[in-house]
Amino acid sequence: MSAVEFILAGMLAAATPFLLAALGELVAERAGVLNLGVEGLMALGAAIAFIVVYHGGGHFLAFLAAGLGSALLSMIFAGIILGFNANQVAAGLALGIFGQGLSALFGKSYESLTVTTLPKIAIPGLSDIPVIGSLFNQDIVVWISLVVTIAIWALFAYSKIGLVLRAVGENPKAAHAIGYPIVTIRFAAVAFGGMMAGFAGAYASTIYTPLWADGMIAGRGWIAIALVVFGTWLTARIFLGACLFGALSLMGLAAQATGFAVPSQLLACLPYLVTIIVLGIISADRRLLKLNGVASLGEPFER
Amino acid sequence: MSSSFSAVLPTLVRRERASLTAKLLAPPIALVVTIALNLGLYIAMGRDPAAVIYAMLIEPFVSWASFSEVLLKTGPLLLIAQGLAIGFRTKVFNIGAEGQFILGAIFASSIPIWMPQATGQWMWPAMLLLGTLGGALWASLTAFWRVRLNANEILVSLMLSFVAAQLLNYLLLGPWKDPNGFNFPQSVMFQYDAMVPILFEGTRVNVSFVFALALSIAAWIFMQKSFAGYKLQVGGLAPRAASYAGFKESWAIWLSLIIGGAAAGLAGAAEVAGPLGQLQRSISTGYGYAAIIVAYLGGLNPIGIVISSIVMAALYIGGDNAMVSANLPIAAVRVFQGSLLLIYLIAMAFVRYRIVWRPTSARSAS
Repeated sequence: MSAVEFILAGMLAAATPFLLAALGELVAERAGVLNLGVEGLMALGAAIAFIVVYHGGGHFLAFLAAGLGSALLSMIFAGIILGFNANQVAAGLALGIFGQGLSALFGKSYESLTVTTLPKIAIPGLSDIPVIGSLFNQDIVVWISLVVTIAIWALFAYSKIGLVLRAVGENPKAAHAIGYPIVTIRFAAVAFGGMMAGFAGAYASTIYTPLWADGMIAGRGWIAIALVVFGTWLTARIFLGACLFGALSLMGLAAQATGFAVPSQLLACLPYLVTIIVLGIISADRRLLKLNGVASLGEPFER
Repeated sequence: MSSSFSAVLPTLVRRERASLTAKLLAPPIALVVTIALNLGLYIAMGRDPAAVIYAMLIEPFVSWASFSEVLLKTGPLLLIAQGLAIGFRTKVFNIGAEGQFILGAIFASSIPIWMPQATGQWMWPAMLLLGTLGGALWASLTAFWRVRLNANEILVSLMLSFVAAQLLNYLLLGPWKDPNGFNFPQSVMFQYDAMVPILFEGTRVNVSFVFALALSIAAWIFMQKSFAGYKLQVGGLAPRAASYAGFKESWAIWLSLIIGGAAAGLAGAAEVAGPLGQLQRSISTGYGYAAIIVAYLGGLNPIGIVISSIVMAALYIGGDNAMVSANLPIAAVRVFQGSLLLIYLIAMAFVRYRIVWRPTSARSAS
């Protein structure tokens, strides 16, 4: 297999944790809430899902439990910032540390164990095409994630729910004046974001690398938050960004396989370095950020 | 609007003026509630609550030997938190202190690693100075990205922490690995002159603790008395007001990040030149993140931070004790830290707001 084929084959799977978490964060941010706890939510989801699969619960139940667990944890955050108008940055950081601690606590006795992953489902015909064919041979969660991506894109582009979410994030005072329950909508958006982060963690620990280790999320949650900025709050661009990071995380493996002499630590740095550089490039264009940005992001709503 | 149910609903009403008593009481109350909730968790995990309480809350204070270890841990937490609080007060969220700490340790270690035969009393001050510089330089990358490229400092400073951790790994597995170290990822042990002097005979508390206290006093004077401190606060609280008053937001960002980075770098240098005596992979046990909690728990106030850093240090030592005597996993400390900040934020809400119970009908009428 050539390096290109290797990256094409694995890119979507590697992108899935980034994608799911970033889509969840997109929905929360669209409603005006900056949730910095994604890393902790993903870690908790990863731990819960791993434990369920390890004890024979199967992947479906694992995702369900992980999504529910992380959604519940994110509701604690939502309660604090929406109910008590606490600082979103501080509360998000606290949530992240709390979630990572909980995951380490729950996962303590599962350290370095492995579980079985899910089989890949090939799309007949398309998967037989040379070179790019491997792109069409993915596990079920990747396929579902693509559907979810399109659904969220359509939600914001065409549905009333999407419109209301945007209104709540753009101008909560005006949205409140015409009768929308700001706190309830934001609460639901944060809970949805938490559930998606839980799924993302579940994918990372039970399918992508089917093992549990403390710290295995390794900054993916933070990159997911950065992806929302990269994608300038647009679903399609977030998808492309996730693919870029999926490919990037495989590049290290591909380089090692071909005997390319680069220290592995430098390759491990690559996603973080690219995040820093791209963040600089995108942010430097203030017009671009303003165009799709969320006006009231991070600001508490007071009647 | 006619309400079908006449329930009494709570509403938060912002207080005209938060009382000082409430402000002072909020952190200890949050601490007590956090302890109670976490004890519940330990009981649910099947641990003996009495053993946990003794190991975590009492044992750190029973002897000078164990309390001196608390002071040893207080040093880096206090240094980093004071530096971060300056930024937090101005709404510059440097959360990459972990990376700045690592760079401080790396910069400081370069002297004894490159000059293993060197002697002289200049060594440890030079290391601390170089470490401070290293932390400040690493933080200035974030400042540049924020000021010149408008990039979010939360994400950039955090990403740089991951890069710093990999840089440390690279050095310890490659060029700086101790050739006689049985392949462990650590540097050579430093010579005697590369070690900071001990403050109290018979303990490991060293002079960096004095620096931490000095920075606390300086931070207090700076924030309370000086015009520059006033500028920083105005810049953070109301950027527009600050620009009307004629000073730049960018100046506040540079200053906040560089002071924060320098303090974290100094803490990192003091750790390798102090209790560790070599550069190791595990130079930090999450000080950079714990210091964020310390800063908030101290109300972003220099004096409050002195107290909260001692509390957090005691928690670290107590956690270590509980790991041994009550068989509690070390992750419990992280759970405690995270829940402490969450509960503190709730407690602070009661300082800033009054809860008013009023019927829904009155609410819709108002």
